[in-house]
Amino acid sequence: MKLDSDDFELFGVPRRFAQERGVLDARWHELQTQVHPDRFVKEGAAAQRVAMQWAVRVNEAYQRLKNPLKRAAYLCELNGAAVNAESNTAMPGAFLMQQMEWREALDEADAVVSVETLAQEVATQRQQVLARLEALLDERHDYAAAVQQVRGLMFIERFDDDIDRRLEALGQ
Amino acid sequence: MALLQISEPGGAPDPHQRRIAVGIDLGTTHSLVAAVRNGVAECLSDSGGRVILPSAVRYLAQGSRHIGHDALAAAAIDPRNTIVSVKRFMGRGLADIEQREKLPYEFVESSGMVQLKTVQGVKSPVEVSAEILATLRYRAEDTFAEDLFGAVITVPAYFDDAQRQATKDAAQLAGLNVLRLINEPTSAAIAYGLENGSEGLYAVYDLGGGTFDISLLKLSKGIFEVVATGGDSALGGDDFDRELADWALAQSQMRAETAEDKRAILVAARAAKEKLSVEDHATLACPLNAGELSVRVSRQQLEDITQTLIDRTMGSLRKVLRDAKVSKEDVQGIVMVGGSTRMPKVQAVVGQFFGKPALTDLNPDEVVALGAALQANALAGNAGADEMLLLDVIPLSLGLETMGGLVERIIPRNSTLPTARAQDFTTFKDGQTAMAIHVLQGERELVSDCRSLARFELRGIPPMVAGAARIRVSFQVDADGLLSVRAREEASGVEAAITVKPSYGLSDDDVARMLTESFGTAEGDMRERSLREARVEAERMLLATRAALQADADLLSSAEQASIQTLLTELETVRTSQDHHQIDAAVEALAKGTEAFAAERMNRGIRRALSGRRVEEV
Repeated sequence: MKLDSDDFELFGVPRRFAQERGVLDARWHELQTQVHPDRFVKEGAAAQRVAMQWAVRVNEAYQRLKNPLKRAAYLCELNGAAVNAESNTAMPGAFLMQQMEWREALDEADAVVSVETLAQEVATQRQQVLARLEALLDERHDYAAAVQQVRGLMFIERFDDDIDRRLEALGQ
Repeated sequence: MALLQISEPGGAPDPHQRRIAVGIDLGTTHSLVAAVRNGVAECLSDSGGRVILPSAVRYLAQGSRHIGHDALAAAAIDPRNTIVSVKRFMGRGLADIEQREKLPYEFVESSGMVQLKTVQGVKSPVEVSAEILATLRYRAEDTFAEDLFGAVITVPAYFDDAQRQATKDAAQLAGLNVLRLINEPTSAAIAYGLENGSEGLYAVYDLGGGTFDISLLKLSKGIFEVVATGGDSALGGDDFDRELADWALAQSQMRAETAEDKRAILVAARAAKEKLSVEDHATLACPLNAGELSVRVSRQQLEDITQTLIDRTMGSLRKVLRDAKVSKEDVQGIVMVGGSTRMPKVQAVVGQFFGKPALTDLNPDEVVALGAALQANALAGNAGADEMLLLDVIPLSLGLETMGGLVERIIPRNSTLPTARAQDFTTFKDGQTAMAIHVLQGERELVSDCRSLARFELRGIPPMVAGAARIRVSFQVDADGLLSVRAREEASGVEAAITVKPSYGLSDDDVARMLTESFGTAEGDMRERSLREARVEAERMLLATRAALQADADLLSSAEQASIQTLLTELETVRTSQDHHQIDAAVEALAKGTEAFAAERMNRGIRRALSGRRVEEV
């Protein structure tokens, strides 16, 4: 076990997209119980610093593993298919059309209930993308195709944030 | 015949190894100190048997001060010199304080934090808070007849960095060693969870005198994991008082003209509000400059007047659930904290929202201090302390200013501590050799809407065309929530770094000046204290190093072992010296000389622990 072990090794889970959240949570707690700086209050400053490096690393891995989007992007990158979200934003026309429709629907939605209906639709779409990602990553090992789905998921999550902001503005 | 020694349960047999650590709830309305004694956390009382210390400080003309009950009793007759609810001014500028015209103080604008003019001169909120903290420190020292090792002080989860730093400064001024600041709802959850052995997802709804916090925590086997936190650092019982006071004035068509009037009406409103928690009607009455004010108010009226305030808390609550991506059905229990949750309407609204009654079986005044005491005991490394671990989050996002006055978020709110993240930036102009790094805290997109934490510059970037340089900016937040930022140009390796101390923080000179001014601490006392602290630290280092050598000497070459031995001997020689500088220097030398060894030992320990676990599971 080293600081530069990959996230899956560090957590002792198989290197694949499908993960059980309960297992990840339990591993995270186990690891933090071992490495958290508060466990080393009696040791000197040097021990504290090393403990912090480990605790930071464990938290970083946990954040990436528990979030399906980050986990998928990480798997693609480990397998040599970079997501390059900043430079590569090309998406299929049909997908972009739907994004525009969603945006318009959100702009026009002025009641909580219509925003929530939209949120439901987005959640369904998200589930479908996650199912496709699992098939591409864990069964077909088609990382290039998975990258495309990861980018789509990024759009969806960003839109989800906008929905949250709108709900907040509506006093929810 | 020698008597047999019996150590207290959960306590270490060696009295030198048991450290006195306390938890302090520094509240808007009142403050408490608690400690773990005989394995149980309990609030410490003053000589009159009272645990609650009103957070009130009165400055008297002759130069003396009243703190607590006596000060509070004088609030209406000497409103300008009697500072209450000072917590609302901590780390705040004058412009941050809403409806300040309704308060009886003479505010003084100064760079950074607002100050208050009293008969003893201009006082900063930090100094006023330090008076309260020092009073609690003396109480604890009297109780144990011993010096304190340190204290955990609670702050509202939604306090930003400036407010936290102000709290730390106040503690330093009061002569307290701050082991950590922890969030009030987290502290309440620790006390509640350990007491009841609870497991699962809990919401803590904390409505105090001046602040509102809502936190979601996952409790499992002694691990307290904060999932999300939110709130409003300027919403509390004081605001309910003010709304009610405004309403009463409007009803009677009177005005609060003088400072005495302003305090009197707030005191009367609070009394009426508290009465309405148990009765259906109350009379809000007080003498004003223009005559006697007396208004009858029903509980229903109070509830109508303060509806918008309760609605605001519910908005924060929904936001936190959304942040955590959980629904209200997932929440197993709701812990109510803070005196303002005694209002029946608050309990009803929260209960209704979750579809189950809120837990009110614990004392909402004491629970925060008790949790802090448990955490203090753990951080002091006392026996039994490894039964709990707190995984806390940062309450507000941290970011950097980018082009156009926009904020680029680097560490999102609710990230578990400790955490670190890096992001790459580039130059905007051809030949640009310097870059300004502006660190911000907050959720908004515009720099002007966030709170500025620090600025520094990276200089000496080799001239390149715009966009060619790669500057990596790393943020690191440690378990104490302390942020450090480092910027590095990757091609040339030039670097700049800063440990963020917000602009509101006090300089060491300020602290020294205030210490002599307001506490009259003689220089001799300070030296005495430094010497005692240096000796304790020397003792600790000697013990820890010898234990480390015994366990893991095989990690060292014989030359390395010999050089550590030399440092040990040197420290051993000077540890009884009268000069604390000499002891400090030897401790520092030993710490430096064993740094690499400590790192090696840690890595070995962690590898062993992780691989051990793996083997067990196979």
